[in-house]
Amino acid sequence: MESFRMLVVDDEQDFLETVVKRLKKRKIDTTGVLSGEAALELVKESFFDVVILDIKMPGGIDGIETLREIKKLQPLTEVILLTGHGSIETSIEGMKLGAFDYVLKPIKLEDLLKKLGQALESKNVHDQKIRSARIKEILRFPGEVLDRQED
Amino acid sequence: MKTTLYANLRKKNIAITLIVSLAPLLLLGGTIYHQFVQMYKEKIEEQIRYRVAGQTEAVDLFLKERTAVLSAMAALHTLEDLKDEQRLSRVFEIINSSAGAFVDLGVIDQVGKHLTYIGPYNLKGLNYYHEGWFEMIMNRGVFISDVYMGFRRLPHFIIAVRRQENQKTWILRATIDPVIFGGILRSAWVGKTGDAFLVDKNGILQTQPRFNGRTLETSNLDTSLFGGGITIFEKENEQGGKRFYAGKWLQNEQWLMVISQEMQEEMSGLFASRNVQIIIILSGVLAIVLTTIFTTNQTVNRLKHFDHKMNKLNAQLVQSDKLAALGKMAAGVAHEINNPLAVIIQKTGWIEDLLLEEDFQHSKNLKEFKESLHKIEEHVERAKKVAHNMLGYARRMEPRLEDVDVNVTLDQTIGLLENFARTNNIKITKVFAADIPITAGEQSKLQQVFFNLITNAIDAIGKNGEIIVESEHKNSVIQVRIIDNGPGIPKEIQPKVFDPFFTTKQTGKGTGLGLWVCYNIINTMGGSIELRSATGKGTTFFVRIPVVIPEKK
Repeated sequence: MESFRMLVVDDEQDFLETVVKRLKKRKIDTTGVLSGEAALELVKESFFDVVILDIKMPGGIDGIETLREIKKLQPLTEVILLTGHGSIETSIEGMKLGAFDYVLKPIKLEDLLKKLGQALESKNVHDQKIRSARIKEILRFPGEVLDRQED
Repeated sequence: MKTTLYANLRKKNIAITLIVSLAPLLLLGGTIYHQFVQMYKEKIEEQIRYRVAGQTEAVDLFLKERTAVLSAMAALHTLEDLKDEQRLSRVFEIINSSAGAFVDLGVIDQVGKHLTYIGPYNLKGLNYYHEGWFEMIMNRGVFISDVYMGFRRLPHFIIAVRRQENQKTWILRATIDPVIFGGILRSAWVGKTGDAFLVDKNGILQTQPRFNGRTLETSNLDTSLFGGGITIFEKENEQGGKRFYAGKWLQNEQWLMVISQEMQEEMSGLFASRNVQIIIILSGVLAIVLTTIFTTNQTVNRLKHFDHKMNKLNAQLVQSDKLAALGKMAAGVAHEINNPLAVIIQKTGWIEDLLLEEDFQHSKNLKEFKESLHKIEEHVERAKKVAHNMLGYARRMEPRLEDVDVNVTLDQTIGLLENFARTNNIKITKVFAADIPITAGEQSKLQQVFFNLITNAIDAIGKNGEIIVESEHKNSVIQVRIIDNGPGIPKEIQPKVFDPFFTTKQTGKGTGLGLWVCYNIINTMGGSIELRSATGKGTTFFVRIPVVIPEKK
């Protein structure tokens, strides 16, 4: 696995701290922030391969809004939504906005890592596709439709 | 209590309807009858008045004629003429042929001596000087006597006229045939009860009445009741019936003409029409009563039916409201639980991570730590399951409609559980209808419902028993019945079985969410789920799913 950067956004401090610690222990370059606003600040400055984003963050801007902004700023960043409640509609909405997938809290780190792996793999395929699309574009191939693949 | 309510309603309704409809009918009937009686009476009175007037006139005329004939004869003859019996006999013949009804004829001198006499009795030579009538005739000139017995011992009356001839005064006297005179009155004996007779001022009968009494007996009439003109009244007779009486004084003011008739006879026409009226009214009343009872019963029964239906709907509504509220609460609770669980699991993971480090590898309790952490994780997993089950209810993903074959779904579900059932010696019998249509729905959800219900049935039986799974199709509804011969569900807990977290299983064995989830899935499909259970006999769950025709692809 090539080196990548990851951002975890969750308003539950205990959760955030622990997850970040454990990911770092697994040699993953991880940053943790407690709010959507803080996340956007970071995303503006630097690129993250994957963002794990809690949907429900009372107080500031919520996960969906954050997702929308991240996708605007960094279209190539994959976002995994984290939801503690049954708001599947929200998760689906998130998927429509370009999130890679959603996972339900509580989740074991092993499961989260699996999802992460899938996201990275997809991201590579995705990047590959975009790259080839650009090449195709440059070569003036007409009418190639790009679509996102989930797996 | 409810029953009394309906009974009261029924009573009130019947009473009000009967009062409102019968009162005018009876009032109208009564009024018409009263008017009718009044009219009838007036008519009868009119008739009887006419009869008494005619009869009085006839008697008056009779007496006037006889008096006139006698007066004429007296004027045309001298005493000397009439002393001659032959002449008197001739006169007798003439008056009898011209007027008739004379029995005898006699001439009496001024001292009361009967000078000559023509007639059936031997009255010649008798002296009337001391008879009451003699004095009266001498004073008045013309005289009609009351009926009396006289010398002949038979009821009769006389007409006498006085003649003044020079210095002599004499009297021509005739007896009226009581049979002929009585005939005039008998002609007014109308019908079966009509009577006509004459009485004098003292109420003594002057003619033979048809009923009650004989001539010269006292009648029971009070003559003072009769004034001038015609007097009419009703009187009760001995039999309790009523009798009309009409009376008029004759011109001589000496005799009273009385006509009487039984009311019953006169009114027989009225009574007949009254009976017809009563029959008509009674049938009307009967029809109204029957109709009222019938329609009231119908109305109350309909009401009962609708009340029952409404109560059932209300109960359903309350149930679904309750479940919806509980669902919302459950989702909230689940969310609040999930967050701490997420922290716990991460913290546990972190400890596990740390335990992997070298320093701890030689700790003598490492195994215990690991085991405890594993247990924590296991129980977090259990809590997570509960929370996710609860959340499952709150999820409202757009249903992905697919073609569902209920029989196939049941078959698959039973297939999953067959081994489990067999190890507990439970037989699962399938009774599937062949005509179950394909419906649009979510097979996985439906399968979850059947899975839960059949698992519950197996758990309820425990060991040794039978489960029958039936499917049928009727009126665009697919009904699945899952029948077990387990111990049944006590009546008092039946209403609770669909509540979330309600379980009869041992702690830790059931979440109490199975039936709740079933209820919600079926409810979302627009169907219904019900149970019927009897303790000791078993339980039947009814799942009804409306058929949704799949869209053509």
